[in-house]
Amino acid sequence: MTRDGRASSRDDRPSGLPSALLPLAALGLLFLMLPVAGLVVRAPWSTLPDLLTRPESLDALRLSLLCATLATLVCLVLGVPLAWLLARARFRGRAVVRALVMVPLVLPPVVGGVALFTAFGRRGIVGRPLDDWVGVSLPFTTPAVVLAEAFVAMPFLVIAVEGALRGADRRYEDAAATLGASSWYTFRRVTLPLVLPGLAAGAVLCWARALGEFGATITFAGNFPGTTRTMPVEVYLALQRDPEAAIALSLVLLLVSVAVLAALRERWLGVST
Amino acid sequence: MRRWAGVCAVVVVVAGCGGGSGTGAAGAEGDDLGGTLTVLAASSLTESFTTLGKRFERAHPGTRVQLSFAASSELASQVTAGAPADVFASASPETMRQVVDAGAVEGRPAVFARNRLEVAVPAGNPGDVTGLADLARPELRVALCAPEVPCGAAAEKVFAAADVEPAPDTFEADVKAALTKVTLGEVDAALVYRTDVRAAGSDVEGIEFAEAAEAVNDYPVAVLRDAPNRAAARAFVAMVRSEEGLAVLSRAGFERP
Repeated sequence: MTRDGRASSRDDRPSGLPSALLPLAALGLLFLMLPVAGLVVRAPWSTLPDLLTRPESLDALRLSLLCATLATLVCLVLGVPLAWLLARARFRGRAVVRALVMVPLVLPPVVGGVALFTAFGRRGIVGRPLDDWVGVSLPFTTPAVVLAEAFVAMPFLVIAVEGALRGADRRYEDAAATLGASSWYTFRRVTLPLVLPGLAAGAVLCWARALGEFGATITFAGNFPGTTRTMPVEVYLALQRDPEAAIALSLVLLLVSVAVLAALRERWLGVST
Repeated sequence: MRRWAGVCAVVVVVAGCGGGSGTGAAGAEGDDLGGTLTVLAASSLTESFTTLGKRFERAHPGTRVQLSFAASSELASQVTAGAPADVFASASPETMRQVVDAGAVEGRPAVFARNRLEVAVPAGNPGDVTGLADLARPELRVALCAPEVPCGAAAEKVFAAADVEPAPDTFEADVKAALTKVTLGEVDAALVYRTDVRAAGSDVEGIEFAEAAEAVNDYPVAVLRDAPNRAAARAFVAMVRSEEGLAVLSRAGFERP
């Protein structure tokens, strides 16, 4: 995966690595992998094909992938400009804005769901006029799932892209400006390509977080098969009646997400050299 | 995912307390109790058990009652997974049976209260709901408990008895989640326990219906076999089943067993 020039010249160099870090790194990996290994060991492999092909599981999986992808798109459209604002614009209260962007990270997801009600629910700040005038009610719909996931996942994208923007060499942008490029052209053709790796990493984090989102989703979007029952919700309910099925379902979610991420990574690295 | 985090937190807390209660219980072999008592109870018991827990602490100074409320089915999986708790109070005999079958209960569970369903609507009843049949109206926002949790199983029974085909918009993971949506005014009606309607106060109105009698839930309570604080656990269960306990429970809307 890291055969191409850019990746290998930067990433594959163990020579300068302090050896004291190695055991800790191994311990870290073990810590992350042991629970997953536990799932793999406990999974009812014989019934896995059955569970996989059940229409409910497939519906939930399809919905999860769709909503996580849409949520990531929403985060990209709104989050990249926000990250740009935080990284490039100088204004009073920037520290406060940055802290506010992090709020969904610390908010318990269920509280996040209630917060979404207060904004977009039938009695919410935006939701009430939307319901009264347009007749649109968001809660308990598929768009509500996307909204809940985007709310929880967006900080991941913003942090990653902001970091990349801060790390990017601004002289390229200055040069573009000197050569007469408009600020919008510079942003599109110089800044964005510069921060593409950070953007990709942020999008992956965002997508992964959206895919696993449970608390805000089940609170704000509820749980209805086909429209709002995503895989994590399906797993949670399965846990109530059949823990083995729950393990199997979470493995499916795990495998699919790892497969998607691996495929995308291959692609990105291929393109970015 | 969040739920698992919650479970882990409970386990950590309980384990942490376990050490403390060990020494406490050792010093309390006689009549006086001590240490921490961990009670896992169904969500619908939140108000009454909180009251009972406080009274128990007052009656037995030095004992700390740690209450954990969640869907009975979730608590049952915590117990069978080995969460070190002392008392388990469930909203359904079926859920208790899972724990009994897993050999995690000391003696036999005792039914200490009964509960029945009511239709809960937001204050002012915006959907003009008058009874169970209204939950079939497709234009209404309706929340039901998921069939996997006791209140959902009870709901299925009353709908079958009333021959009503409900049109829910969401299946909630526990009864308090269903109630929250009524309190927030995000659904026009939900099927919850009578005790939940009463606990919600003025934000929620309750509508009784005859078929509720078809699905009266028994609430069993039991001391767990691996209870770290067995003496306090027994005393707590005795208190729940005493006249004092029954009075607290009936004030919350429960019926006598």
